Amino acid sequence: MKKLLRGGRVVDPANGIDGQFDVLIDGDHITAVGKSLPVDGVTVVEIPADFIICPGLIDMHVHLREPGQEHKETVSTGTLSALAGGFTAVACMPNTDPINDAANVTSYIVNKAREAALARVYPIGAVSRGSNGELLADIAEMREAGCVALSDDGRPVATALLMRRALEYAGMFGMPVIDHCEDQSLKTDGVAHEGHCASTLGLRGIPGAAESIMVARDVLLSEVTGGAVHIAHMSARTSLRAVRQGKEAGIRVTAEVTPHHFAMTDDALASPVPYDTNTKMNPPLREAADRDSMIAGIADGSIDAIATDHAPHHYDEKRVEYDSAPFGVVGLETAVSLTFDRLVHAGVIGLPRMIELLSLNPARILNVPGGSLSEGAPADITILAPDLPVRVEAARLISRSKNTPFDGWELRGGVAATIVGGRTLYVNDATSLVIG
Amino acid sequence: MTPTESGTMDTPPLVALRSRNLLGIADLTPEEITLILDTTEAMKEISSRPIKKVPALRGKTVLNLFFEPSTRTRTSFEIAEKRLSADTLSLSIGSSSVAKGETLLDTVTNLEAMDPNMIVLRHVSSGACHLLARNCRAAVINAGDGMHEHPTQALLDAFTIRERKGRLAGLKVAIVGDLMHSRVLRSNIHLLTKLGAEVWVCGPPTLIPADVRRFGVHATSRVEEAVDGADVIMLLRIQLERMQGAFFPSLREYFNVFGMTEARVRLASPDAIIMHPGPMNRGVEIASEVADGQGSVILEQVANGVAVRMAVLYLLAGGAEHEEAA
Repeated sequence: MKKLLRGGRVVDPANGIDGQFDVLIDGDHITAVGKSLPVDGVTVVEIPADFIICPGLIDMHVHLREPGQEHKETVSTGTLSALAGGFTAVACMPNTDPINDAANVTSYIVNKAREAALARVYPIGAVSRGSNGELLADIAEMREAGCVALSDDGRPVATALLMRRALEYAGMFGMPVIDHCEDQSLKTDGVAHEGHCASTLGLRGIPGAAESIMVARDVLLSEVTGGAVHIAHMSARTSLRAVRQGKEAGIRVTAEVTPHHFAMTDDALASPVPYDTNTKMNPPLREAADRDSMIAGIADGSIDAIATDHAPHHYDEKRVEYDSAPFGVVGLETAVSLTFDRLVHAGVIGLPRMIELLSLNPARILNVPGGSLSEGAPADITILAPDLPVRVEAARLISRSKNTPFDGWELRGGVAATIVGGRTLYVNDATSLVIG
Repeated sequence: MTPTESGTMDTPPLVALRSRNLLGIADLTPEEITLILDTTEAMKEISSRPIKKVPALRGKTVLNLFFEPSTRTRTSFEIAEKRLSADTLSLSIGSSSVAKGETLLDTVTNLEAMDPNMIVLRHVSSGACHLLARNCRAAVINAGDGMHEHPTQALLDAFTIRERKGRLAGLKVAIVGDLMHSRVLRSNIHLLTKLGAEVWVCGPPTLIPADVRRFGVHATSRVEEAVDGADVIMLLRIQLERMQGAFFPSLREYFNVFGMTEARVRLASPDAIIMHPGPMNRGVEIASEVADGQGSVILEQVANGVAVRMAVLYLLAGGAEHEEAA
């Protein structure tokens, strides 16, 4: 069963490809990328010339909420949302209930993903048992069951000693440790970025330094141990400085930024809807200087990945006082449009860099298949429509939760289709694309 | 537009507020603030009559919902409502209803099903009044939300200053105390700057909100600088539990460095007035001699609170328009 994608612009930074090419798929893998590939015995799919054919996007930071919080999201609903957002694979954080700190929980998630048979799911295991920062979790067993990385996301690895041990121990398996950097003693009970906006609204502040102190610590520990550390959802300009210094020193540190941190500032807490709990996330939306710094880091290569930190919450949980609302917003279905609109069309980055940030680099950091259209690679392919007008409508999101801060935003650029293992699992009705 | 203290020849005086709610001073124009202060004068006259009651809010139901303990503000609202002939009900809702698992919105929408016209809300969370206003039919009056705003306090402060000084524009107002956690501070900064006062805020650096100068105020940790030549000195309460957060070492040291003593008051203008929103900690943010002294207008503030709240209730209920219809 062969399929030829013909007519689009192929962008595959792993192979240095950017141009009009055909992509030949045989079953579940890619067999060729080239000009005028033979069409005998092949189903030809015509792709509009301005559409982008790229390696499937990989979101290395999502919360699928299963097991335990199925009222927010499940593996099935979350991976369906991922497909609509152009992601062929997601890596899911371990702060489920129970926490994914043991092989049986990992296996449960892997089985749910297999049953759903939608986007690929790469579980991330807890660093510490119960993510409580004391004893290491059963890392080898979790790896055996399918975990690709370690994180206590939602909580930082509080002590430098445990972080050191984790980097050393995980290094044995080549697994990165992904850290949610936040010094709890500085964060205290903060709910918003410490700055003029929080001062005006009377919200308790979280300074950028609460994040950066731990980023700096992690860079140093990576140097000490040689282990790979990945900074989750980086938001503060001082954190970026620490990451840059680490990279210049040849330390194995990588970092991701979320679309909300490059597209929004803390002004969103005050307007258009004051105290909108869909602007409450951790780390918080920061001031313009931080947002601009994240954009600069994306442009100059200091930042390796765009990840959504997709954090679904039920509307009951968000329809409360700002202080009481849980942190987090959904992001899978808006990431591509925000990246196009705010970064590509704004002239900050080109398309190959966009694909690096959303596909190639996440694959490399997590050491998982995908990220390229190489011959023999899995046929995980995303087709993008760079000029598609997109209006975000919270009520129409596919995710089980609708807690987006982007409701009503009008953006340019979107997803046309998502192909996983050769199977076309999502086609956007708003495009005229037809894929058998 | 230049802030004015009363309507000018070019712009006729306002007769109504734009919003049906009073969520904060930040939302008010200088003209609206002046309208409330002018209306307060009429309301104050009512309070001086032998029979302190007018029928302005007859047939209106006002719910006072206090999710945080309050004596002064709650009593003040209740008296104001009764003097306007509203039917009033006050509920002190502690943490017990939260423990029962009911959300703020569920609690309030259940009460709202009984069709009150206005809800006066005091809540520990900043923004709670906005949440209510978005989800309720009744008009919402903010009686203090978290660290955000306490608009009727700032209005009664402004009324008291105006009564004593004849104006707000050009006055130097020094506000000293726990700035960070104070909703009174935020409402006062908005109001005083909108009406053209020169505002100085003062406290230990640990208790000054981030980027406070962007509010258009002077900030200092030298209390002598703040009160130098001031026309108004306003003290803010120091909460005893702040020592636990390491905001300052001890109440004694706080008093030594920031406490408003007679010696410090002498640095201010000779006819400076001393204000405090209460409750006071004597010997912490203010010396008793100052609280009880010549310039103190602390009890006038409390008295004016009733008139200001009458004015706010009256204007939000529709003012003269409603009276004509009734």
